Amino acid sequence: MCQDCGCGDPEVVPVEVHDRILATNDARARHNREHFVERGVFAVNLMGSPGSGKTAVLEATARALAGRRRLAALSGDLATDLDGERLRSAGIAARTITTGSACHLDAAMVHSALHHLAWAEADYLFIENVGNLVCPAVYDLGQAANVVALSITEGEDKPLKYPVMFRQADVVLLTKVDLVPHLGGTHLAAFRRNLERVMPEPVVFPLAVSQGLGMAAWLGWLEARRAATVAVPVAVEGHA
Amino acid sequence: MHEYSIVQALIDRVAAEARARGAVAVYHLEVSIGELSGVECELLATAFETFRAGTVCAAAELTISRVPARWRCPRCAAPPAAGGPLRCPACGAGLRLEGGDEILLERIEMEVA
Repeated sequence: MCQDCGCGDPEVVPVEVHDRILATNDARARHNREHFVERGVFAVNLMGSPGSGKTAVLEATARALAGRRRLAALSGDLATDLDGERLRSAGIAARTITTGSACHLDAAMVHSALHHLAWAEADYLFIENVGNLVCPAVYDLGQAANVVALSITEGEDKPLKYPVMFRQADVVLLTKVDLVPHLGGTHLAAFRRNLERVMPEPVVFPLAVSQGLGMAAWLGWLEARRAATVAVPVAVEGHA
Repeated sequence: MHEYSIVQALIDRVAAEARARGAVAVYHLEVSIGELSGVECELLATAFETFRAGTVCAAAELTISRVPARWRCPRCAAPPAAGGPLRCPACGAGLRLEGGDEILLERIEMEVA
């Protein structure tokens, strides 16, 4: 009721908020990130279309790092555990997050799944998002880096059609490049050109995992970023 | 379609603000959605119409402001060329996004008892 004269009219007040609508997800993502930093785990949010080769990249990464690095993975899937099975067969400690009809993972889903995965002993935690070039880009999960897999069979126009996803990518893995000779008129330069229109400084690694092509550059980036990220908290701890 | 989960988060936040102030009704919400936020304004409006029934926002009007992407050179501040690579046409530095990726609840108008 109006406080001034007691007339009985409702009192309408403006409340200034100016805060992110996804603030709750952001807080949970920060919580996840603290866990990862505390345990020296380099967490990667791996995104891309269905069939872009996300799982195949992880299988090849696990093969290449076998005996040197421990890998853990969470895999978002609408209905099956098929990717989870492939990841476990490749030697990765993996758990599937079944999302039902949800088109993306959020920080709370990742947090609950972490309780059922031996992630803290790993050097890398890969969070393989639901295959989708739109929704996963909106939700912070607590990762240290965003990696987007884009297969050349999807076409060079995809960065222009999905700029939000590619803008946030630290790395784009251009997968299945061994198929170039079978795709008349497809040139890797066109992919790079379009990525430069949606990413200020694109880092792009062409890969053909079935032949091990391009793996050295991808692994080099991964190891360098991990060293730079996880070295900091350990050094701080040492001084404490 | 993640706009539904954005609306869910929006209504939860408004409900918390209304509770904290002892509001009896919410009349108006203003949100800002960046061009590069990954949220479609029309889908957000549709999702809001679908979900507001039975919530604190049942009678609330939603105003959505679309914020264009603003790229800027971090070194020389030259205006970027539209449609080209995201590099400064003058000095070659990678451009920086200064605005246009926000998903913000700006203001709520509510009736307090």
